[in-house]
Amino acid sequence: MRFIFKTDYEDDIRLFPHSGYVWSYGTLLLLLAIAPFVLSSYLMSQLVFVCIYATVGVGLLILTGFTGQASLGHAAFLAIGAYTTAYLQQYNVPFPVYFLAAGLLTGVVGALVGFPALRLQGIYLVIATISFAFIVEEILARWESVTHGNEGMRVKTLTLLGTAVPRDSPAFYFLCLGVLILTIVGSLNLLRSPTGRAFVAIRDSETAARSMGVNVALYKVKSFAISAAITGMAGCLYAHKLSFISPEMFTLQLSIEFIIVILIGGTFSLHGAVLGAIFLVMIDPFLTYLKDDMPGIIANVAAAFGASKATASNIQSNVAAFASANGLKGAIYGVIIMLFVLFEPLGLYGRWLKIKLFFQLFPLYKRATFKRQKIYVKSERNR
Amino acid sequence: MSYFRAENLSLHFGGLKAVDAVSFAVEKGEILSIIGPNGAGKSSIFNLISRIYPPTHGRIYFEDQDITQEPAYDIAKLGIARTFQNIELFENATVLANLLVGRHRHSTTQLWQELLFLPNVRAAEKMHRRRVEQVIEFLDLEPYREKLISGLPYGVRKVIELARALCTEPKLILLDEPSSGLNVEETEDMSFWIRDMKTELGMTVLMVEHDMTLVNRVSDRVIALNYGKVLAMGSPSEVQQHPDVVAAYLGA
Repeated sequence: MRFIFKTDYEDDIRLFPHSGYVWSYGTLLLLLAIAPFVLSSYLMSQLVFVCIYATVGVGLLILTGFTGQASLGHAAFLAIGAYTTAYLQQYNVPFPVYFLAAGLLTGVVGALVGFPALRLQGIYLVIATISFAFIVEEILARWESVTHGNEGMRVKTLTLLGTAVPRDSPAFYFLCLGVLILTIVGSLNLLRSPTGRAFVAIRDSETAARSMGVNVALYKVKSFAISAAITGMAGCLYAHKLSFISPEMFTLQLSIEFIIVILIGGTFSLHGAVLGAIFLVMIDPFLTYLKDDMPGIIANVAAAFGASKATASNIQSNVAAFASANGLKGAIYGVIIMLFVLFEPLGLYGRWLKIKLFFQLFPLYKRATFKRQKIYVKSERNR
Repeated sequence: MSYFRAENLSLHFGGLKAVDAVSFAVEKGEILSIIGPNGAGKSSIFNLISRIYPPTHGRIYFEDQDITQEPAYDIAKLGIARTFQNIELFENATVLANLLVGRHRHSTTQLWQELLFLPNVRAAEKMHRRRVEQVIEFLDLEPYREKLISGLPYGVRKVIELARALCTEPKLILLDEPSSGLNVEETEDMSFWIRDMKTELGMTVLMVEHDMTLVNRVSDRVIALNYGKVLAMGSPSEVQQHPDVVAAYLGA
């Protein structure tokens, strides 16, 4: 167990409280830097998706995790960022400009969504953000002069400083990684300054935040705008990665995936966004495995237990039908969310903290340390 | 002109008159207690002052400025802080984070500066941290700095709420039942702190309280309310002997 001896107020402010952080994050950065030269192109592609999903996750965490405003509309923000990219590309706008434009435009839309959301709380806010997402989806499908409707839009290869950066090149991976790291650092800076503290205050008690001088409406709108802007910039990268975008890519399911990212990663720390993104991107290879190998394995097991050949092949085809059924993905997402909410409410990062503490305190770890206690029920009168 | 004035203040919920034409004044550097049976409208007056409810009638003046129409978040900026009867802390944040929110009204940094954490943000953060430390020292909260609120006992939370109000560096502080739920020793500490807030920090204190020993020990003047109306006003002993107050508490 490490004890930190603080001698300066700076010690409460710095991002890395002690040298251990510098070493572990330095090692992680080094591993990420050599990744393109070691990993297969499939894994690299997955890693790029992890970076993009984690960026969106950070944006969603600021809104949902820290300001306490749930949103199921982030697929729409991603779509706005992606379509801004595709649209501006037609006019040969350089990458840095349309990247920032995607962020800015989405941020403005986010602020506009934030205004009506001021009067809504909890489930009603979720419904409002879902309807916003549907409206955006519909606009993308109908506004054919700009978005080409359901035909979709092709996204040209990214060019940065006169050189082409194809979507499966190491350079594109480093770009996505860089955006993720800058987003995380910026968000951490925000969270350790007055704005971030105002967000947390609004999440925990609006009445108290107001009586401490926090303009609740203004900060909620700010939170929406920042969250949307981050998502919009991620949308620009997402469009490049996919190289083709159409309205049906930005559905409710994508918004739910973003919620899964933060719910499974852990909503109380930015670590959660990254861990959750890794988890989510890993689901796909797992599903492919389920589809390709599971039926055979189960049939073999059945045969080993003495099932006849006909029964075994019958089982095989049934399992195959189940594994490739429509909507299985959605069902699996649902089960995962339920299991995490019930048994691991602090998410993967919470689990990591528990494991860390177990070894730090060995053999004195108490399971109750992380138990949520709600002894004093807050008054709801002033809501 | 008085330092703080409520004129003809009323709050009606339909036919129920929670506060009915209450007028009172608080002088600078005074400790004024509001007493009264449950439902007398004491907390409602606080909620009117901190603009959680808009008053049905009446005006509120602070430092000769009409604050009746100010938005709720500006009340803290004017220098009025409050605590709540049923502790309203930011439960999933540390004690330090809670107290730093109290510094919000003094923050001047812009969003883009905070994103980059420019030197001026860093300097401001250190300054806020130093001010918070002074309050921590004043209220003996040193053991709890890094603790989450959700794991702290009730008595400590009560003190932290007071600390958060003090972090705003208010001129007028509203304490809603500061001793409720505290044991005898903690109540005694609270009475010393309230005295010190007046003498050392030069604050004006407006307090709602049931514990008469605490009221007697600290208040300069007392107002007794019942059914939203003022029954009596004056020194603690005068008010306690007032026949209407005795009747309200004991039933005549």
